[in-house]
Amino acid sequence: MDQVSTGSDYRAREESITISTLEEQLNSQRTGQTTELLTLNIGPHHPATHGVLRLLVTLDGEIVRDLKPIVGYVHTGIEKTAEQKAYWKVIPVVERMDYLSYYFNAMAFCGAVETLLECEVPPRAQYLRVIHLELNRIMSHLVWLGTSALDLGAISMFWYCFRERETILDLFESSSGQRMHTRYFQVGGVIEDIPRGFEAKLREFIAIMPGRADQYADLLRRNEILLRRLRGVCPLDEASLLALGVTGPLLRAAGNPWDLRKAEPYCSYGDFEFKIPVGTVGDNYDRFAVRLAEIYESVKIIEQALDGLPEGPHITEDRKVALPPRHELATSMEALIHHFKLVTEGFRVPPGEVYYAIEGPRGELGCFVRSDGSSKPARVHMRDPSFVNLQAIAAMVRDSYIADLIATLAMLDPVLGGIDR
Amino acid sequence: MPDQVGLELIAGQLEQQIPGGVVATTFFRERATVEIAPGAVRDVLSALRDDHGFRALMSVHGVDYYPEEPRLGVHYELLDMERVDRLTVKLRVTVAEPTIQSVTPDWPTADHQEREVYDMFGVRFEGHPDLRRILMPEDYEGHPQRRDFPVGGEPVLFTHNDATSPGWTR
Amino acid sequence: MALTREPIEPGSFRARQLLARDMLRGDLEGLELERHVEQSILTTTLDRAVAWGRSNALFPATFGLACCAIEMMSVVAARVDIARFGFEAFRASPRQADLLILSGRVSIKMAPVVRRIYDQMLEPKWAIAMGACSSSMGVFNNYAIVPADKFMPIDVHVPGCPPRPEALMHGILKLRKMIQDDPDMGWRERYGAEGTEETLDAAEPAGA
Repeated sequence: MDQVSTGSDYRAREESITISTLEEQLNSQRTGQTTELLTLNIGPHHPATHGVLRLLVTLDGEIVRDLKPIVGYVHTGIEKTAEQKAYWKVIPVVERMDYLSYYFNAMAFCGAVETLLECEVPPRAQYLRVIHLELNRIMSHLVWLGTSALDLGAISMFWYCFRERETILDLFESSSGQRMHTRYFQVGGVIEDIPRGFEAKLREFIAIMPGRADQYADLLRRNEILLRRLRGVCPLDEASLLALGVTGPLLRAAGNPWDLRKAEPYCSYGDFEFKIPVGTVGDNYDRFAVRLAEIYESVKIIEQALDGLPEGPHITEDRKVALPPRHELATSMEALIHHFKLVTEGFRVPPGEVYYAIEGPRGELGCFVRSDGSSKPARVHMRDPSFVNLQAIAAMVRDSYIADLIATLAMLDPVLGGIDR
Repeated sequence: MPDQVGLELIAGQLEQQIPGGVVATTFFRERATVEIAPGAVRDVLSALRDDHGFRALMSVHGVDYYPEEPRLGVHYELLDMERVDRLTVKLRVTVAEPTIQSVTPDWPTADHQEREVYDMFGVRFEGHPDLRRILMPEDYEGHPQRRDFPVGGEPVLFTHNDATSPGWTR
Repeated sequence: MALTREPIEPGSFRARQLLARDMLRGDLEGLELERHVEQSILTTTLDRAVAWGRSNALFPATFGLACCAIEMMSVVAARVDIARFGFEAFRASPRQADLLILSGRVSIKMAPVVRRIYDQMLEPKWAIAMGACSSSMGVFNNYAIVPADKFMPIDVHVPGCPPRPEALMHGILKLRKMIQDDPDMGWRERYGAEGTEETLDAAEPAGA
């Protein structure tokens, strides 16, 4: 890949170290002599690989010369399973793909099917979707922060982040009954309106969350160890990132403010005012800071959505797509027939192909659905951001230390469920 | 998205540059798709990048159109970040001759994605630096996401199923 | 007067009395001696004490595969605190762990790796299949995944998709109770096995 620059300036940053073996190795590098390269296997069972990722690193002492990620250790055949199920039964299957952003997986799929059906999503459902999507984004960033800090050695961050995560999961449980993989988004809207008490709990949460995020920032942002491990480490410039197809916070850390919520607003994101945090250098510290800042922006979006939540139905009124409310089944014959058809066979989608992209916590999450007119999709493909972002790891960590590899992998935020599907 | 007229303009220009390249255009649900001949894929994508500004390749994925022939399709999702335009380029190959040129030398992002299409559908990409299976084990036989590949699965191993699935406890 | 000798039932009080007499005389040897010592009251109490110690000091291995791993992390987190029971020391190396919590779906590429890790753990060791996918294929019944029972012995299955952290805690506590009260558990008794271990020379692991 000639057009991808490594951006490594280890030569410049190397301080004089008196360990002779290291100096010998550096000398031999300068004089161009080849040293013995060691190929080491990291993973798939490894505490720091954020899932079952296997890395074949070629090492020159402690310096990574080449890196090959090997994936597929949690491949579940989700796309093939989705072809066997009716459209609304695909939603739980597809949710389990990128297991930290399950609402986003469901949103991408539902959006694609709604486009195929030309089905209108009522505004209340759109705002509810936005609230849950942004809550999920905060939750995903919290898990990222907890586990990354764990990798870097700041172990207590794990418990703080998971404390907030528990509050968010309580909110998910109250609106849909499940903590994870909630099946809350349905084609045409959301499955149920939010219960009484949800709004109050949510307002409590958005009142405390910025303060908590400030606490995390205070703990980490000026910590000498964190700065030494993240500042100036493994940067990659914007052109290489774009060539590698990287999107999301990684691209924004390099300076490109590309965010699908602003560029191609979907699901009424255009109604909300929020900023896109953008980094400057594109090193690990910028990736860290961008994600931390996104938490604040998500809180703002949730607050605006909650304040402006319109009244109305929570799912489309089209009885050919969404189940009729239960009280209608007692009085209306058509409602009974619709209910029966939807539950046994499912709705039929006119033939066509659609690619629908949304902004997930890790980048562009796209869903391609091909329908052949029946009640089961003919092809479902999720363009997962982590799958594409993982290709950048080799370019990022070339010529840096193993410890930097671990830190960069943490800042990359790969979720193996999405990579392997 | 380029609208219908824009799509036809792009297709016309592509046809001029690469004769015989464009097979069909589709404008469906406000989305533009250009179907091209399999041999022209690298030229078409380069032309779209250099002349029409679609500089980001977002996704490369495969589709099995069974039972329609030609069966295997490969879709390229292109994105123009400046004008916020998306364009889908698709091509179809048969199972008998599933070889097309790899676009990885021009678009490094297609690396793992083409490997996935190879792994799941069997489409061979000539010129790919390292074409081997990515999601299935290296020695796996068959291409799972083809529509005539069985879904697989096992009966659930309840203890009372020992009568129907005998011997699993041994 | 005809002398009849009643057959002495093994395990009856008379038989144990005779064994005890033989041991005191120094007449018991080898296997008989071992068995006698095992069955005597002193060793049973010792066994129970060891089982109590083992059950309250489980070291789980860090083995998160997919979504269930996030709920396993929640078990470690503050709300459902696994440290209350003393199990917070998750060991990264399988040689130092004795509990394998298989959290997540096991794909066919991963199954040999899991088996290898399980073999590398030292006896006594236990395995919990967390979630529906590892116990029984779960939501995805297809070509790509394997239920854990096909390639390794599991002691406790925890259902759920993903199971709540409280459910996983319940499963771990059930395992703890099993270890305390009934060390000859499930599959070991059924197969007559010692356990599974990775040996350097043999192709087959020792035991089942």
